[in-house]
Amino acid sequence: MTATFWQKVDKTGRNLAPFAVTVMMVLVGMIPVPVPGYAPVAPNLTLVSVYYWTIHRPDLMRPGVAFLIGLLQDFLVGGPLGVNALLLVVAQWAVLNQRRVFLASTFALLWVGFTLVMAGAVLLQWLAFSVLDAAALSILPALFQGLLTVAVFPAVGWLLIRVHRAFLNG
Amino acid sequence: MKPRSSGSVIRLAAPLRALAQRFSFLLLVLASIALMMVGKIESVSVDSARARVTDAFAPILDAISRPAATAARVVESAVELENAFDENQRLKAENARLLQWRQAALRLEAENSSLRSLLRVRPEPSVNYIAARVIATPGSSFVRTLVVTAGKRDGVRKGQAALAGAGLVGRVIEVGEWSSRVLLLTDINARIPVILSNTRQRSILAGDNSDQAKLLYLPPDSPIQVGERVVTSGDGGLFPPGLPVGVVTAVSERGVRVLPSADLSRVEHLRLVDFGLPSTDLDPSPDSK
Repeated sequence: MTATFWQKVDKTGRNLAPFAVTVMMVLVGMIPVPVPGYAPVAPNLTLVSVYYWTIHRPDLMRPGVAFLIGLLQDFLVGGPLGVNALLLVVAQWAVLNQRRVFLASTFALLWVGFTLVMAGAVLLQWLAFSVLDAAALSILPALFQGLLTVAVFPAVGWLLIRVHRAFLNG
Repeated sequence: MKPRSSGSVIRLAAPLRALAQRFSFLLLVLASIALMMVGKIESVSVDSARARVTDAFAPILDAISRPAATAARVVESAVELENAFDENQRLKAENARLLQWRQAALRLEAENSSLRSLLRVRPEPSVNYIAARVIATPGSSFVRTLVVTAGKRDGVRKGQAALAGAGLVGRVIEVGEWSSRVLLLTDINARIPVILSNTRQRSILAGDNSDQAKLLYLPPDSPIQVGERVVTSGDGGLFPPGLPVGVVTAVSERGVRVLPSADLSRVEHLRLVDFGLPSTDLDPSPDSK
């Protein structure tokens, strides 16, 4: 009885890993780095994490989870509420619909897939902020942020694979 | 009978679940859009909720921002070591120049105080400073804010000015118990009443999410020159007058651009100005008065 109880606790804890890791990505993405011009183009690590877990464990990265994480990010970032929530829900939905393609493909294709998702995210973000601020904002910072995120994707992906293997194999 | 019904339930369940999934997506999208509208309308309660969430995560942000700050300091000190000789020469020259300025400042101060006593000028309200460490930047292309480690219990109030190094950084827009958020003057929502130091032209400094801010509501023929200093005017009673803001870098058809004096991309610590004026109507919460 106790064994099954502890097994349950263990399993729940392990199943929380994708959520916990993504929340950690939200926080790590907000570390102030004293490099000129870094903050506006800081890589969107949260999106990488949501992308990865949606492909590999869609049962643990449900739309509701993506929404919650996006909402947390909106609260912490200080921008208008709902933008990141919308972004992550749409990204999760888009990736889930094409999951089979991603699962069967190589890492390079996974990378290309992420580039497409990131491009969509940049556009959506730009559109949402332009509408909310009622102004034609420059898309350039978002574009550079997208490029930087695509550039760090392999490193972050490698880290996520390590977490995946450590907590969720079995 | 029973197995058949459970079979039909299973047969029914698959499309239902698919429907629910699709529906939940739509629902969440609608919820996000509803949140955007709520944020526009109910900004006060959203701000207080935001302050609570930021408070809850502030200790974690504080902890994980420390190693990054230390690493940056190590790299910086290595670079500084390399330039120590040149830096020393430069500082000696600058020190000699500053000593002359100090003499001038002392003379002017004495003259100023004697003139003030002659005119019986009412002294300006006293100004206190609250020091705070920056623990988070938004990591978003469209938002320019900072989260700092000082809140209500340190005396931070909404609307206070934030200074770092050479000048104004922004304004406190949201205060938690032990953390608060500063809107940088380059954010698209920032508006700061300023005055140009030479022409005495009043204006509003507005950010546009770039590294420089622009001046609004200038008369078309105002004789503004590149290099002119911009300071806060104190209009509206939010900021003390005379805080250095920046320098005019460009005057053209498309407007006047101002480069902030403070290096906004590498603010590590900042000072919040507790100005001795009563709180303004920008802050609707009664406990902040």
